Amino acid sequence: MSQLTEIRWHARAGQGAVTAAKLVADTALLQGNYIQACPEYGPERTGAPLKAYTRVSDEPIQVRNNILNPDIVIVMDDTLLSSIDVIEGIKDDGLVILNTTMSPAEARASIKAPEHVKVYVLDATGIALATIGKDMPNTPLVGALAKVTGMFPAELVKKRFELTNGKKFSRDMIERNFASVDRAYEEVHD
Amino acid sequence: MAEKEYFSATGNAMVADAMRQCAPDVMAAYPITPQTTIVEAYAKFVADGRVHTEYVPVESEHSALSACIGASAAGARVATATSSQGLTYMYEELHIASGMRLPIVMANANRAISAPINIHGDHSDIMGMRDSGWVMLFAENAQEAYDNTILAFKVAEDPNVLLPVCTALDGFVTTHAMDVCCKEDDETVKEFVGDYHPEFPLLDTDNPTGQGMFGTLGNYYMKTKLIERRANLAALEAFERYGAEWEKITGRPVKALDCYETDDADYIVVVIGSCAGNVRHKVKELRAQGKKVGLVRPRIFRPFPAQQLVEACKGAKAVAVLDRSDSLGAAHGPLALEVRSALQAAGEPILINDYIVGLGGADVTLEHVQQVFDQLEQRVEGTYDGALNYLGIEE
Repeated sequence: MSQLTEIRWHARAGQGAVTAAKLVADTALLQGNYIQACPEYGPERTGAPLKAYTRVSDEPIQVRNNILNPDIVIVMDDTLLSSIDVIEGIKDDGLVILNTTMSPAEARASIKAPEHVKVYVLDATGIALATIGKDMPNTPLVGALAKVTGMFPAELVKKRFELTNGKKFSRDMIERNFASVDRAYEEVHD
Repeated sequence: MAEKEYFSATGNAMVADAMRQCAPDVMAAYPITPQTTIVEAYAKFVADGRVHTEYVPVESEHSALSACIGASAAGARVATATSSQGLTYMYEELHIASGMRLPIVMANANRAISAPINIHGDHSDIMGMRDSGWVMLFAENAQEAYDNTILAFKVAEDPNVLLPVCTALDGFVTTHAMDVCCKEDDETVKEFVGDYHPEFPLLDTDNPTGQGMFGTLGNYYMKTKLIERRANLAALEAFERYGAEWEKITGRPVKALDCYETDDADYIVVVIGSCAGNVRHKVKELRAQGKKVGLVRPRIFRPFPAQQLVEACKGAKAVAVLDRSDSLGAAHGPLALEVRSALQAAGEPILINDYIVGLGGADVTLEHVQQVFDQLEQRVEGTYDGALNYLGIEE
């Protein structure tokens, strides 16, 4: 990555978007990138729409305001699409990853993606339920991000996940999250 | 020196860790957004036995600073942290702490004050304390919040200063965002900060002293304030001296005034705190296009580094000041008043454009910064009047 990459997360409070934004930043940090991650703070109510941000760069990051022109948009809940323009301000050659059971064509149409914006879909909720055992689509989406951007290898995501959560989670839960990363890596598609 | 370990942390986590490393004897604090995670982290350090601080969980900020004043007068090294309404609730104690010459260190998570209710970042709270005698340090990012907190203890306890020091960081953007940081090991900090030897501890019963006494008769009060004024001004030299020592240890530059690309700059933006990042980003971009632009950022606001500012702005055609709070009823914001006063006293006839930015967490975007640089050129061309402008607010 030669320059600043800006990721905007759209989710509902409680889906683990902030954790995911930080997991991406910390994974990039492991490979020597400069990073920044923060949620857009507001009243915190479970289920309310929220945004979170991750910046990754080879150089120290000076910019600190909200991400208005993202390179990458990740949508953790497709019920947000009816009320929020998730691709607002996205770069012309931007990339979107949606947690949805829609087909790529349906997803494209529903967000009105311009021609040069790439759209990928993943049933991250389905994967999370099957592997982790609850509706936490955040870890699989980071696996999908690794696949479609090549930002970092999926193995590094797992390494970082274990470094962060090794003490907090059981071995079983760590392995389940690993499985969610692997499945997302295989199943994300455009 | 071994390769530094870089890790991700929030500004609040870095402040709490810096305070732990400086090991105050007493901390009294009351939680308030967005300072809460400093207090939480510190309380945990105490509970885990990682620092031997007497932690006083008071019922209000008024009591927090009162407890700090008592403990500091007794001879302890003392720290606290607050924000916004909490800082305003401390107002009367602020002056008592400085008037009694107590080297208390207080972190402030800069935040708007009510009304209307707003929990986000700006400098409305902290600029209210600028006449209180406290030394005021402003961090641009989490790393600086860490370094400033350690330097705060050195400056506060310096025999030429002996004043409380506020180490400020911007609410959310700095307190809560995860950033790349590194820190020095506990031993290095301990050695740098050293032990605190209070000159007149109340608990020294062999040498009894009276403190916070009556000062109404004659000119006693006025003389005391003159001495206090000089002590505050002395904090600039102390900050630069200890900053240079810290820079030698850490390799991280510490300047009272951070200047970026100002040497040959025609147009300079002066700004405090986290907004400086976007300005620096824009300066880099505009320099690549051949524009002679620069950034000036005071890292210390009280005392104000006026001479350094004049040196940095000399030769510029126009300067824009971005204030993150307003001084309602005054012609200019608090920072702009300082900049004007410094340049006027030095006889520098530089045009100045005034902006109020980012109140209540309003986003200061790169487009806004571009507008500010465009309007500096327009000012010189005579097509913009430079009057105080609430940046980004359409009328």
